Amino acid sequence: MAAQPYGLIATFDTATELYHAAEKIRDAGYRHWDCITPCPVHGLDRAMGLRRSIIPRISLVGGIIGFFTGMSMIWWTGAYDYPLIVGGKPYFSAMFAFPISYELTILFAAFATVIGMFVVNRLPMHYHPVLKYDKIGRGMDDTFFIVIEARDPRFNLANTKALLEKTGGKAIVELES
Amino acid sequence: MVHADHATPAHPILQEVKPAVIPRAILVENNRSFSWITEKICGIIEGKTPTWWWVCFILACFVASFTVAGITYLVATGVGVWGHANPVNWAWDIVNFVFWIGIGHAGTLISAILCLLRQKWRTSINRAAEAMTIFAVVCAAIFPVFHVGRVWYAWYLFPIPNSNAVWQNFRSPLEWDVFAVSTYGTVSVLFWYVGLIPDLAILRDRFLNAGNKFRSFLYGLFAMGWRGSNRHWSNYEMAYLILAGISTPLVLSVHTIVSFDFAVSLIPGWHTTIFPPYFVAGAIFSGFGMVLTLMLPLRAVYGLQDLITQYHIDCMCKITLATGTIVGYAYGIEFFIAWYGANPYEGFAFVNRAFGHYAWAYWIMISCNVITPQFFWFKKVRENTAFVWILSIFVNVGMWFERFVIIVTSLARDFLPSSWGYYSPSIVEIFTFFGTFGVFSVLFLLFIRFLPIMPMAELKAVTPQADVHGHGMAGHGDPAARDFKH
Repeated sequence: MAAQPYGLIATFDTATELYHAAEKIRDAGYRHWDCITPCPVHGLDRAMGLRRSIIPRISLVGGIIGFFTGMSMIWWTGAYDYPLIVGGKPYFSAMFAFPISYELTILFAAFATVIGMFVVNRLPMHYHPVLKYDKIGRGMDDTFFIVIEARDPRFNLANTKALLEKTGGKAIVELES
Repeated sequence: MVHADHATPAHPILQEVKPAVIPRAILVENNRSFSWITEKICGIIEGKTPTWWWVCFILACFVASFTVAGITYLVATGVGVWGHANPVNWAWDIVNFVFWIGIGHAGTLISAILCLLRQKWRTSINRAAEAMTIFAVVCAAIFPVFHVGRVWYAWYLFPIPNSNAVWQNFRSPLEWDVFAVSTYGTVSVLFWYVGLIPDLAILRDRFLNAGNKFRSFLYGLFAMGWRGSNRHWSNYEMAYLILAGISTPLVLSVHTIVSFDFAVSLIPGWHTTIFPPYFVAGAIFSGFGMVLTLMLPLRAVYGLQDLITQYHIDCMCKITLATGTIVGYAYGIEFFIAWYGANPYEGFAFVNRAFGHYAWAYWIMISCNVITPQFFWFKKVRENTAFVWILSIFVNVGMWFERFVIIVTSLARDFLPSSWGYYSPSIVEIFTFFGTFGVFSVLFLLFIRFLPIMPMAELKAVTPQADVHGHGMAGHGDPAARDFKH
């Protein structure tokens, strides 16, 4: 393997071991690294030093756009483009426009949330060096991994390997990029 | 003196007081491991197709063919083949529509409202309940779409520019309903799909290891390259929480708007302000009836007793009891207001419901919806799975009759006695409705055959192994983790 590896991957048997290892790697100052877990582990975000997700802001924007889409659509169609008297009711009123605007708020917020989640996570990404690791399937099943990427400025094959060993990582392997 | 007591932080007696140890409910029995959960759920998909599945599937296709026959005849002939006639121009189609939409509501309640309330027992039933929601919305949509008569004009329901240059009447609750139901269907699919992504990744890897590249490719395509990264989980969990947060007002608004179809009109028996909460409670009641109807056989067939425990059944029975009692209360209040409101038309509509030509339907409704759930007060009943299943069927029947009673009795006896009538369904309507149970079953059988029926990642997250802070069950937590302070 002449080329620079993608990084190092270490195995942990339990969530608790992974959790404490993550705290140590965070404290060692690494930036480009990740935990692979079969399920969301409560508190791991803090142990990794991750900031709060920005998804809620994207959802909020989606919801606001949805609400105004509903209101303006009903005003434009009913009071501007083709005004038509039905049952003696006004051409436009926020009252009768509200239920549809409410539904569109939710619809747009849902799409913003899901699409936002994919964009922020950079998915779909069907090819990834981590997925080439032959035991990665266990990471979806019952095993925990920590990956430290070679592009991290603190990455040094020997030192990083020693750190992973010290934190309790087993079966430390280089990942091909 | 009292103040002095409060001001002393370390009162001697306080040091002796130990906080009570409150055991957490066990959600996965027998302390199963992560890989046991994966094997159990994936095994259902990877194993050979069982014979009973084929039997049920063929039967379901046969039943579904009744809907196909019914709507083919309708499209070929005209909407007059249904039994509607003045004054009952709206009957089984809207009854069936509201019935199926209502069933869907329990799925969203389980996946969204119980998620926000941190009711972790929802994890083992939420996937199947959400699938139920989507398939119920499919069945519901059949009725209004074909009731438009010339179904190829159904797109007129949406504000799409057309050659007449005229737009939809957005003042009408029926148009609100179009938006409510289509939003509901879409958001339910999104929510369901987001929940499926990590599980599809498990199947992708397992089929690849088993050498089935084709199925690995298909599952992998929809798994979006999920790799269990915690940086992804962080955003994923937030997105899931927000979807739960916006689905909660959605599910409440959908049945509210469905009830506006009636409440905004002027027909006695419909024109009441109690309808929105009453319809929402009824929807959740019927939905939990259907969840029990579906999950109990599934639990028995696949041996999922460790995942759907007696605690889960207890919880579902209690929600059925609570919502059924709310529905019973609403029936009572309707009568009270009809009397107290002193409107003779309103009063007549309700006396007519209970003692008129459709009294048989009214009393079926009362016995199924008010009396049936009361059995769930008793632990012995909740522990008898077969009996719970039979009661859940009664709930389904009762809620169908509720919609029938509300819709048909009010229309059949409106203001003018000269236009009174008696509605009976035609054979075409009966075929179409009967067949929707087949449509639903076909979709549900395909779901349990090809998709994980329980969210594996979420199940793992509620086991003691996933708890790194050590406040799981005694003996399972790592003592070292207890030192961690937030």
